Amino acid sequence: MTRKSILFTLVALIALILVPLGQGNYIIYVLTSWLVFSIAAMGLNLTLGYAGQISLAQAAFMGIGAYIAALITLAGYHWVLGWLAAMGGTFVIGLLLGYPALRVQHHFLAFVTLAFNTLVFLVLRNEDWLTGGSHGLVGMPRPNFFGLSTGTNLEFYYFTLVLFVISGAIFYWIVNSPWGRAFKALRENPVRAESLGVDTRRITLLAFAIGSAFGGGAGAIMSPLVQFIEPGSFAFIHSLKILLMVVVGGAGFFFGPILGAAVVILLPEFLRFTEGYYLMIYASLVIVLMIYSPSGLIGAGQKLYARLRPGRETRKDMEKGAQL
Amino acid sequence: MSEFFQLIVSGLSTGSIYALAAVGFTLLWQASQTINFAQGEFVMLPAFLVLALSVKLGFPLWLAMPLAIILAVLILGVLFKRLVVEPMIKHGTLPLVIATIALGVLLKEMVKEFYSPLGQPFPSLFPQDVVTIFGAVISIPDIANFVIAMGAIVALQLFLGGTRTGRSMQATAQNPDVAQILGVDIKRMVLYTFMINGALAAIASILITPIYLAKFSNGETLGLIAFIAAIVGGFNQIRGALVGGLLIGIIDNLSATYVSAEYRQALPLILLIVIILIRPQGLLGTSEGRTV
Amino acid sequence: MIRKLAITTVAAFALGAGAAVAQVKIADVAELSGAGAAAGAVWHDGVKLAVEEVNAAGGILGEQIELAEYDSQTDPQISRAMVQKAIDEGTYVLLGTVYSSSTVVNMLVAQQNGMPQITGSESPTITAKGNPYIFRTAFGAQKGLPKLASYLKDGLGAEKIAVVWANTEFGRGGYDAFMGLVDDFGFEIVADVPTEQAQVDFASDVAKVKSSGADAVFVYLTEEESARFLIEANKQSLDLPMGGDTVLISQKVIDLAGDAANGAFGHVGLTAEAPVPAIKEMAAKFQEEFGYGADHNAIKGYIGVYMIKYVTEQIGEFDREKFAETLRGLCLDAETHPGILMDTCWDETGEMSRESFLVEVVDGAQQITQTLPAN
Repeated sequence: MTRKSILFTLVALIALILVPLGQGNYIIYVLTSWLVFSIAAMGLNLTLGYAGQISLAQAAFMGIGAYIAALITLAGYHWVLGWLAAMGGTFVIGLLLGYPALRVQHHFLAFVTLAFNTLVFLVLRNEDWLTGGSHGLVGMPRPNFFGLSTGTNLEFYYFTLVLFVISGAIFYWIVNSPWGRAFKALRENPVRAESLGVDTRRITLLAFAIGSAFGGGAGAIMSPLVQFIEPGSFAFIHSLKILLMVVVGGAGFFFGPILGAAVVILLPEFLRFTEGYYLMIYASLVIVLMIYSPSGLIGAGQKLYARLRPGRETRKDMEKGAQL
Repeated sequence: MSEFFQLIVSGLSTGSIYALAAVGFTLLWQASQTINFAQGEFVMLPAFLVLALSVKLGFPLWLAMPLAIILAVLILGVLFKRLVVEPMIKHGTLPLVIATIALGVLLKEMVKEFYSPLGQPFPSLFPQDVVTIFGAVISIPDIANFVIAMGAIVALQLFLGGTRTGRSMQATAQNPDVAQILGVDIKRMVLYTFMINGALAAIASILITPIYLAKFSNGETLGLIAFIAAIVGGFNQIRGALVGGLLIGIIDNLSATYVSAEYRQALPLILLIVIILIRPQGLLGTSEGRTV
Repeated sequence: MIRKLAITTVAAFALGAGAAVAQVKIADVAELSGAGAAAGAVWHDGVKLAVEEVNAAGGILGEQIELAEYDSQTDPQISRAMVQKAIDEGTYVLLGTVYSSSTVVNMLVAQQNGMPQITGSESPTITAKGNPYIFRTAFGAQKGLPKLASYLKDGLGAEKIAVVWANTEFGRGGYDAFMGLVDDFGFEIVADVPTEQAQVDFASDVAKVKSSGADAVFVYLTEEESARFLIEANKQSLDLPMGGDTVLISQKVIDLAGDAANGAFGHVGLTAEAPVPAIKEMAAKFQEEFGYGADHNAIKGYIGVYMIKYVTEQIGEFDREKFAETLRGLCLDAETHPGILMDTCWDETGEMSRESFLVEVVDGAQQITQTLPAN
């Protein structure tokens, strides 16, 4: 980490601590769900931005995580147990799902995950005995930590913020670890990476499974946040939403998905005057963005910065965007 | 027995509509590696063009329908190619996938905001009479939908195989570099493909909307089914998409009745996963060097 | 002189503004977009109509209603956030939502905040949760369905029933309520057909009903799906009596299904066709204002606003706790409270009762065949 990026991270953290103070419950709730979706989008970023695979099931993984955590907390166990089980469970499911899909032909993961998302929805909706069916599950308690409650919306925001920072740190560590660098090698030049002894298939599978576990972890936070979960919240359309977050923000950049989640969740609040046109404007902007800067908003920002300060190179690999 | 026959017949009728959408889907893939996530919305939109022309502007139906098809060819064919696909194709497949997802949202929202968020009745081209065969009641619209959809696909095959333009289009799809060397105007051929997709979507739309009703969200299921049909049948073959469409139509009906209505959506998806695992090129597809 | 003039002008403006500020805020959280817009947008228009009337007649306790609308996008989680937002922004009483799948979620937030909530949902679960702040504008399916079941049995002599229902929170509620009656009425369920939300193809569902040997079909689907089912049933010449609750014979379904809707019948709590002059008058105003016909959802929204007015004027102040307390177990008669349209009572759970109707669709219009007493 350069000194500049440490400074930036510190400033961002302080801002995140200060921003909910004095706000109403609704704004705090929106900020909290932004953090939750940022975690899920971070996971997808690992799959998409670093391993170059499209997963269309991130909402399904959130759903699996949310239901696991809900069932465990409703059974009277501590939430942390539910959180760990959610991450572990989605990691294993990611491995089981990704292994055959990546074995056949590496771009078929997109189609398999698309089918998987709807299958998960159907199971959650139809297996009443376990999931409550279309009535969903209600009344998940918000956890206590050594006497610290997370009951109010503000307390829960800080609780989520802590988990967000932990997730961010894990993500940063993965990306900069030896096998994180293998990802980068893979993305920049798959053929060379393979010839250097990087087992692309195993790395890709791990990236997908870890990315899915991030989704599961985010879902586990969603349970006590909303205190109500039902199958519709994890339908295929929500996976597309998370995918758009990652791509709009900038796949392959650390802050990309966080920015993308902000665009999807926070921005509508400030654009209330656009009323019914918001989604139209957003969709048009996504199309324009894809034409001019497939590496998302951060890519566009870098391009602009590079133009203003000539002599600096933009990242060559990101110019083309991640390839399907 | 009559129930089984009934299910097969109505499965073929709706399956033929899925086939139209799936064929268009594979055409775009072959010509330009476009995975069109807005294909469902492409089938939803033309019905609203018909309604806008006939209900809002007062055109008679016999005029509104052909006009809507022409508009669909221009908007979903020419404009889509020029404004969305062309400027993006150099970036590779992923940005285009994202852009078509966004385009789907855009089309849906525009119909909702500028026409209506509510379902709308849609006039049927055919009398509602029925014929009874082997105890199954078959309506005239069912038969007409099947005949017209199959007719359109057969005509398309004849055009691609029997005319000079058609063969140039096929050459472009199979190997653009060689086609260019042979003097084929690749850009024009790709444009034709997009226009054909627009026309197929419009035909599907006009045939299916009297039964499905015109609603902005209709594309969500249709697009997914077209997508599954195309992959199951074979992504790089028109006849693959045709078989895929009919097959999904029938399987959907049979599984809803004989397996489980609650899991009716699951069977086509499980089929999709199984096909990808054991025969990734699809039932009728041929293995190609290019990966999807 | 000029200075003095300026001061008086400013003072006059301030006074004027002061008078306009005496407003009471009422939030309507409704399905203005998404799958439920066919219900929520109409409900919202009903709310708007009533607010205009109340304001024109001097408001509530002399204060004008300021209506704030929130779009739930037919998404339970967004509806929850919107209810939170409406409470943050200081609404007096909450109106909405119509879809039961949303209401069961957002009513928890309203309850936590002690916020009286007037909903258009008809799922039985809503008033079964012991929430003291929730109130209905139309009674739950568990009250309407026995009326339909007795008509199926005594009116039609049906014994074998096919059930077609939406596998959603809404449909599940009606399905469970109907299945609970099966033993009492001695019905035999010969086909049990769950369907998907926003399902477009009903070919296999109709085929299944057809080959089941049923005497009658009970249809419990949302608007567009009901119409698609009727169209497909007509296409396959399904020649059975088809009955439902409220939605199946609503004006929207008749408009969509056309001739295919003829012969469908059902029980309705509210309809613009009801032989009640006050409802007819309200429906005419609605038609004039919005350019389309009012349905049960429009009337529910309309009644909701007047519930706020009458209860508040009864307690004489804007007090949420007293509001909920007063409305529990209250009866309002339509003669002294014309905006309520029909005599209505609420019980301790927020469930309500009033007269209702049996309706049949004849030549593309609702026809009242029977008026049923309140239960």
